Amino acid sequence: MLLIWASITPIIISIVNFIKNLKIKYRYSSILLRQLVITDFKLRYKGSALGYVWTLLRPLALFAVLYVVFIYFLRIGGDVPHYAVYLLMGVVLWNYFIEVTMNGLSAIVSKGDLMRKLAFPRYVVVVSGSFSALINLSINLIVIAFFMAINGVPFTFNLLWGIPLIFELFVFGLGIAFLLSALYVKFRDINYIWEVVLQAGFYATPILYPISLVIEKSLLAAQIMILNPVAQIIQDIRFEAITHESITISGLYGSQYSRLIPVAIVVVFFIIGTLYFKKRSSGFAEDL
Amino acid sequence: MSSDIAISVKNVSKNFKLPHERVDSLKSVFVNPFNKNSRKYESQHALKDISFDIKKGEFFGIVGRNGSGKSTLLKIIAGIYQPNEGSVTVNGRLVPFIELGVGFNPELTGRENTYLNGALMGFHVKEIDNKYKQIVEFAELEKFMDQKLKNYSSGMQVRLAFSVATILAESDILLIDEVLAVGDADFQKKCFSYFKKLKKNNKTVIFVSHDMGSVREYCDRAILIEDSEIIFSGKSDDTAKKYTQLFLNTNSTSDQVKEELTKWGAGGVDMQDVSLTKSIYKKDDKFISFSYDIIPDNNINDEVLIGLVVKDESGQLICGTNSSIIEYTKKIILKPGVKTKVSWKVPNIFNDGKFTVDIAVDSLNSGELMQWWNEAAKFSVVNEQGTPYIVAPKITLDVN
Repeated sequence: MLLIWASITPIIISIVNFIKNLKIKYRYSSILLRQLVITDFKLRYKGSALGYVWTLLRPLALFAVLYVVFIYFLRIGGDVPHYAVYLLMGVVLWNYFIEVTMNGLSAIVSKGDLMRKLAFPRYVVVVSGSFSALINLSINLIVIAFFMAINGVPFTFNLLWGIPLIFELFVFGLGIAFLLSALYVKFRDINYIWEVVLQAGFYATPILYPISLVIEKSLLAAQIMILNPVAQIIQDIRFEAITHESITISGLYGSQYSRLIPVAIVVVFFIIGTLYFKKRSSGFAEDL
Repeated sequence: MSSDIAISVKNVSKNFKLPHERVDSLKSVFVNPFNKNSRKYESQHALKDISFDIKKGEFFGIVGRNGSGKSTLLKIIAGIYQPNEGSVTVNGRLVPFIELGVGFNPELTGRENTYLNGALMGFHVKEIDNKYKQIVEFAELEKFMDQKLKNYSSGMQVRLAFSVATILAESDILLIDEVLAVGDADFQKKCFSYFKKLKKNNKTVIFVSHDMGSVREYCDRAILIEDSEIIFSGKSDDTAKKYTQLFLNTNSTSDQVKEELTKWGAGGVDMQDVSLTKSIYKKDDKFISFSYDIIPDNNINDEVLIGLVVKDESGQLICGTNSSIIEYTKKIILKPGVKTKVSWKVPNIFNDGKFTVDIAVDSLNSGELMQWWNEAAKFSVVNEQGTPYIVAPKITLDVN
């Protein structure tokens, strides 16, 4: 009996220690994450006369521009109901994606000074960039909800689908942010490349135009286009929140299971991003 | 690891890869991926097989010259760098003071920066709340906490950073780099009284310094690092002694480097041939004696004043005098072209270290400085008193 205890006790102690260490480890991260997000939010509009009002003014102004250009002059998407809100939703989600990835890209390099002097968990700065963008997105979504109400878009329980979809977008953005932030430490060309990728992605995603325009030319092109997780998410959210005229991935492939492809892409990017980041993060202090 | 050990460093080695040409653009990878020359790097040993344990409650010193690897070691202990080999185990929460005010943001107020800085060191908002008043009081910034940091003077910033760091980190293992000891006299005083408090409260402290005085005064044990290796480990007194010897042994080579720059003045005389009786003085040597020649030009016929100043390694003036102050009774008159021999005897009151002597000649006729010779003589003192103060005169005691 004593022998068993003697052999088990160190195992128990090491497990207890492991849990204790885990708690200590994540305690630090959560404290830091919280403070970095708060700081970022405080600093965002520092020095501007209107301050936080800009978080509301920006989507409003954007809406005005989209309305004038696309509804008033170009008259694209005349057959899609609530096209102005539909447009705004796409642009806001895309802007979120830009913000997450650009925040992530520069997260490590811009905090180089901290990296060289403190041993805090490195991933926190990338995650905090994503959370800052998420806060911004939430404010934008509130503005959209306001426009939806004005436009007479019905609010249904389908809106709840937005939660897993935005979570998917968050994970995708975070995975890319991890990958880019670690790459940027070594290769400073990445930001130019990524700007071009984002620019191309903007036109390769059905944000400003309805995807039905693409289907008219080629169904295959539309089917490839929708495999982009951002395109899939934007179309799905539009479908659930604004209008069932939005053509989703299941509509294009005729199967609910097709949605698993972009989800798998998200998972793959997230795994690659976090693994690469983890591998490189211990050397950030020296590489910067 | 036994429970009374706070930090255990085992066989730690660290190399830095120094690429000949840094690969930091994608082009250099893609354009010529097979060109091995562009990927070559030199490996530089920063630390070789370092091992030591620090007990809980110990004030532990790490000393070494610039470039010896002690800052790298500090960063490895702090977890900023990863060792290539070996491991560091820390038992408890470690708070590094490698630099004060890391992450301070000029756009935020003093209060916001306090919380941010605290979070960076891993302190929860509640912990900071509890000590906030104390921090503000210690920094003497009660009226300024809601002002932006950019409107602070640099002294105020340092005060805030120091009090955040010291008051928050009271209950932990502390890693203190020498940068802390930079600052004005008032601030240094605060630092040192803080160190005393740490020592009194039996905190585990790792202290990295060049300043043997503070190492002797505060540290229980110390290691000496030279050329990436521990060359001595023991009581702080002994380590400090070894450190001083390190300088005595190697400094002779650089002595003759800059002879010409060191003489200046209105001219008319030239001082030459300084000779010291010894180069290393022990505690039995009562005097540091040295002599030199003053050779006037042919048109000089002046009464002069001669003087000297002794400086320590950091250039701090220790003592000095001149022929008028010591009320030298003879008039010192220089005749055209006639060599005059001058001999000084300075009582050996010095503590361990390296010293230099400046000598000068002033004309009493014109009032001009004729020549000043910077660092004309150099000597070292190995006095085994072991006090941390600037001078170590023989002090006697009589108790009745």
